Amino acid sequence: MDALLLEGSAKTPHVHFDPETGLLELKGRSIPENSIDFYKPLIDWIDRYGRDPRQKTALHVQLEYFNTSSSKCILDVFKKLESIRAAGNEVTVLWHYEVDDEDMLEAGEDYAGIINVPFRMVQIEEVDDK
Amino acid sequence: MLDRIHDLYDELERQRVMISFKGSLTEDLITALLGLVERKMQAIEPDQRVRKRVFNVVTECLQNLFHHNAHLKLADGQAITTREPHGVVMIAQNEQGYSVLTGNFMAATDVDHLKVHLDRINTLGPDELRDLYRETLADGQFSTKGGGGLGMIDIARKSGGKLEYGFVPYDKDNAFFSLNVNVTP
Repeated sequence: MDALLLEGSAKTPHVHFDPETGLLELKGRSIPENSIDFYKPLIDWIDRYGRDPRQKTALHVQLEYFNTSSSKCILDVFKKLESIRAAGNEVTVLWHYEVDDEDMLEAGEDYAGIINVPFRMVQIEEVDDK
Repeated sequence: MLDRIHDLYDELERQRVMISFKGSLTEDLITALLGLVERKMQAIEPDQRVRKRVFNVVTECLQNLFHHNAHLKLADGQAITTREPHGVVMIAQNEQGYSVLTGNFMAATDVDHLKVHLDRINTLGPDELRDLYRETLADGQFSTKGGGGLGMIDIARKSGGKLEYGFVPYDKDNAFFSLNVNVTP
């Protein structure tokens, strides 16, 4: 299957999902008016990837901002990873947050409390949305 | 008319208004307004946490304005249907922090539901708001716009204060909804 590569915009994150390495990246900001439209291809991709995943999958989430319309979609992304893990694969979410951004750290903890996938909280200086 | 431009300028200056806009909203215009807010906050607010909170609140408020909108405007006292969502937004500095004000016409049938929701949010403290946010996030319900009732909870969390709101009944189908969100450090 092909990698999913989307460039970031003023309202949508940079996306790079690589099926060869099992490395999935979501970086930048996620504040579109219609998040469902934006996230559907991402969720579909993970669904297909989940049929024959790498033994180890890591999702890096490095967001500066996300709106509430994105938050349920991001939860759906995590749910797809939860099923991949339930099938016996190793899955980790690396939740990046900027120094002093307690709100973003809390948001990661909120997801970690809902989703049955190990989360690692990673403190960074600044979100790199390149 | 010319005097009124000076009066308007003076009033906006005295109220320490950073941005004010009234009219039709498109996705592109929201992007532009958010860009303006971000640059302005970068210039005047040293505390990154406050900058981010204001940006978050403005994002949610503008998107509420965009999605929950009756597509009406007033012209010479008459309500006229508009193609795009229509409303007013103003962001000002105050003694404690920032004030994000929005207003728009909405369906009268939705008023009671929104009022109950806002009153409930206003009774909750920070930890309870976080619990409500988590429960709402986890319940799996999507609204057609995707937020599923998280918007106002998130606004209240980022504000750190009570949501000030009002409804002005307009006609049997529509009411004008005003919201003031104070963001304080």
